[in-house]
Amino acid sequence: MPESPVACPDCDLLQHIPVLPPQGKALCCRCGKLLATNKPGANERALALAIGAAIVFVVANAFPLMGLSAAGREVDTTIIGGAWTMWQEGHQFTGALVGLCAVVAPAGYIGIVIVVLIAARRHRPAPSWVGELLHWAELAQGWAMAEVMMLGILVALIKIADLATVIIGVGMFATGAFIALFAAMAINFDPDEIWTQVQWTGGGARMTVNSTQTIDYQEAKK
Amino acid sequence: MTPRELMAMQSGLALCRHCELLSRLPATHGKNYCPRCGHEISFRRNNVIQRTWALIIAAAICYIPANILPVMTSITLTSAEEDTIIDGVILLYLTGSWPLALIVLIASVVIPMAKLFALAYLLITVQRRSIKSNRERAKLYRLVELIGRWSMLDVFVISFVVALVQMKPLMAAEPKSGIVFFAAVVVLTIFAAQSFDPRLIWDSADSMENRNE
Ligand SMILES: [Zn+2]
Ligand SMILES: [Zn+2]
Repeated sequence: MPESPVACPDCDLLQHIPVLPPQGKALCCRCGKLLATNKPGANERALALAIGAAIVFVVANAFPLMGLSAAGREVDTTIIGGAWTMWQEGHQFTGALVGLCAVVAPAGYIGIVIVVLIAARRHRPAPSWVGELLHWAELAQGWAMAEVMMLGILVALIKIADLATVIIGVGMFATGAFIALFAAMAINFDPDEIWTQVQWTGGGARMTVNSTQTIDYQEAKK
Repeated sequence: MTPRELMAMQSGLALCRHCELLSRLPATHGKNYCPRCGHEISFRRNNVIQRTWALIIAAAICYIPANILPVMTSITLTSAEEDTIIDGVILLYLTGSWPLALIVLIASVVIPMAKLFALAYLLITVQRRSIKSNRERAKLYRLVELIGRWSMLDVFVISFVVALVQMKPLMAAEPKSGIVFFAAVVVLTIFAAQSFDPRLIWDSADSMENRNE
């Protein structure tokens, strides 16, 4: 069953993806880029994990991360509080960047993954806006930096610990759980599988590659 | 070499950047669109090298004020102290947590610099049509993409310190202009890494192979 060849996105080499065993993966035989995986049920797991991550994310954002008490006074902050204080102090660019990486991008990525996976389950073929959303998911994923933020919070805590008593809030534990769920979801989510179900828009380039070509392609490594 | 290595571009095939569908492009010039997702497709994006250089140079320029200017002021009843990024690292080291100091040093100073050098090296070798150590260069690019996000660390640290230490007049922390340049370095280096096309590393080797036939 010779399928159409794929081109490695990192080195442009044409290859055939061999039939993969469950949990198998194919690497580019020239540059080593991961080209395909076969994880049965990955997107079902991704949907469950995404819903879990969404719930934990709401908790993480609704409750204070940490508080500070000194001389009888208390201050606390939420995740978005970090970005908001920056904005108020006249650093709109930095505040917006922190808000993007800490809240907007993670929330956007989870939201899109949930919508895409549900839409792909309900409609076959999936409507073409699912494809557009997948593009946005990839963008959002690049800017979602919850794990970097967590390390940043820990460093901030060490810096502040000398000044005053630090109180760890519910938001901190929820953020920890969120990072674990988010990572597990991102590993399981398989956009390639969704792409194969998306309805084609059919513009511009008409011909796509088919298996009738008489060229020998190399097989990607298993 | 059997079966022989064949590139998508040499076969007239182009990969869609958005959905990774392989399409045959017509030989005629003009814009082509992916039949599956409708985004524009081409063999290689235009001006990749120039655009990546521009972003690297802009990031390198911002890197200087990001390290020289203070990023934060700590105000107490009796004093006001301005800290640069390096001051923050030294302070962490002095308060006894050298592993954290090392992590912040690597994330804030070493990673942005290493990213700039790595991307510059990749661009120069591509421009010189180098065909050596392609696999290593491909790995270097993947490493740049993987670790780049960690340079955001200090931006988060300062945001949360500023958000918490708000007890005027007892003590307060305020962001300073250095952090804007530092955030700009983070954004520009991420854009630069995204703008580079790792397929360029392999293109010269492929055109060489064709000439020898
Ligand atoms: Zn490859
Ligand atoms: Zn496409």
